Amino acid sequence: MALTKADMAEELFDELGLNKREAKEMVEMFFEKIRGSLEEGSQVKLSGFGNFDLREKKQRPGRNPKTGEEIPISARRVVTFRPGQKLKARVEAYAGSEQ
Amino acid sequence: MTKSELIDVIAKEQSHLAYRDIELAVKCILEQMSQALASGERIEIRGFGSFSLHYRPPRQGRNPKTGESVVLTGKYVPHFKPGKELRDRVNSALENEA
Repeated sequence: MALTKADMAEELFDELGLNKREAKEMVEMFFEKIRGSLEEGSQVKLSGFGNFDLREKKQRPGRNPKTGEEIPISARRVVTFRPGQKLKARVEAYAGSEQ
Repeated sequence: MTKSELIDVIAKEQSHLAYRDIELAVKCILEQMSQALASGERIEIRGFGSFSLHYRPPRQGRNPKTGESVVLTGKYVPHFKPGKELRDRVNSALENEA
């Protein structure tokens, strides 16, 4: 099971008493404002959780894996996430069952 | 943009809600996300991206001060994979600048 926007809205309804519509809008806006900031080229720093940074990638050679044809991968801007100390420490404590 | 700036921009558009409620809502969302990852659960937000855990196997490390060799145990680290909409919007902004 994965955490989804619906789960988050449900929790805002249960814990904070927002109504269902307000809770849904709040979750939607939370992610939209982060996207908007990144789209404008501005990093997002959420203390205790982590930072969404932007990186400029230069053009590099690539290949169509199906045909083997060489095609350049154009220069692009990408989002990277750097977890904060607090989140890293909490996750590290997870013993895990897969490994 | 910082967490408090995020709270401010949401508050501007959700003026019918108390500022304090927006502050609590943002903190509640982040706590749910941290809690999910801390318990090994994935997060999936369509159009934004997904968070999961990646395993780092045990390795030999070194104490940089003494040069002494130490065994580092395996651990999990959070990983974010941006979704298509986020990738496209961030990248098209770059193309428009060029």
